[in-house]
Amino acid sequence: MHYKHSGKALYIQLEGEIDHHTTKGLKEKIARAFEPTDCRQMIFDLSRVTFMDSSGIGMIIGRYKNAQERGGTVAITGMNPGIERIFQISGLAKIINSYASVEDAEKALGESVQ
Amino acid sequence: MNEIETNRPEANRHDNKISISMESKSQNEFLARTIVAAFIAPIDPDINDLTDIKTAISEAVTNAVIHGYKNGEGQIELTMTLKNGELHVIVTDYGVGISNISKAREPMFTTLAEIDHAGMGFTVMEKFMDTVTVTSDLGKGTTVEMYKKLTKDL
Ligand SMILES: Nc1ncnc2c1ncn2[C@@H]1O[C@H](COP(=O)(O)OP(=O)(O)OP(=O)(O)O)[C@@H](O)[C@H]1O
Ligand SMILES: [Mg+2]
Repeated sequence: MHYKHSGKALYIQLEGEIDHHTTKGLKEKIARAFEPTDCRQMIFDLSRVTFMDSSGIGMIIGRYKNAQERGGTVAITGMNPGIERIFQISGLAKIINSYASVEDAEKALGESVQ
Repeated sequence: MNEIETNRPEANRHDNKISISMESKSQNEFLARTIVAAFIAPIDPDINDLTDIKTAISEAVTNAVIHGYKNGEGQIELTMTLKNGELHVIVTDYGVGISNISKAREPMFTTLAEIDHAGMGFTVMEKFMDTVTVTSDLGKGTTVEMYKKLTKDL
């Protein structure tokens, strides 16, 4: 996982397979990256993710709740067709917006990422 | 072996069955997905089917690890059968069991309190496989049985 923060947004790049085994460490890493900052938004780049199951969906929902507590939200970018399928079927698509690229997410979030 | 293989009728030449018993460990979620992918590889499955099957097996094995054995010790059995282009998967644990199966299968139902469980595992299995059957005995364990017809390269 790679991350950076800029303005009010934490940018999180995930890679590889996201399941129950790998989300355990990811949750801790994201918490360590998010908590000391005053970021409100989390922008996930999933373009390097090759597999994701409901544990990944739950991990994103949990981070969405963390962002909401600060008045922010979560945006997803760069999903491949396989990830897109579970994003739709799990209902995550109903609560979290997705974008083709990080730039598109920034445009949509507008001033709230600055 | 090879001679017997080539003498089989076309539609059945990939028929196969394997059973493995693995420790209830989270790294075996990845292993189970990888094994099923290798098991059906001879059929050259459609990429969407492959992703669906890997995801469904990941869900069932994860449930055995985190719910069946509550992240503790136990044994998980995985049996895969390929017959006439149909995959049949059985995932069994000997853990706590499920008291109300139809409730457990409802979307967004979870017994875990943490904020990061969607309660969507069974829903994902149902959407990605043709049939999903769950049998369970409280205190004895749970068996999840799934079928999916594979169409490519019979
Ligand atoms: N093998 C099992 N043994 C005991 N209980 C189980 C088992 N599998 C599922 N359950 C029960 O069924 C519920 C629903 O399972 P499901 O996979 O749909 O959601 P979840 O595992 O809670 O969350 P998610 O899969 O989205 O991370 C679980 O919360 C658990 O109570
Ligand atoms: Mg589950």
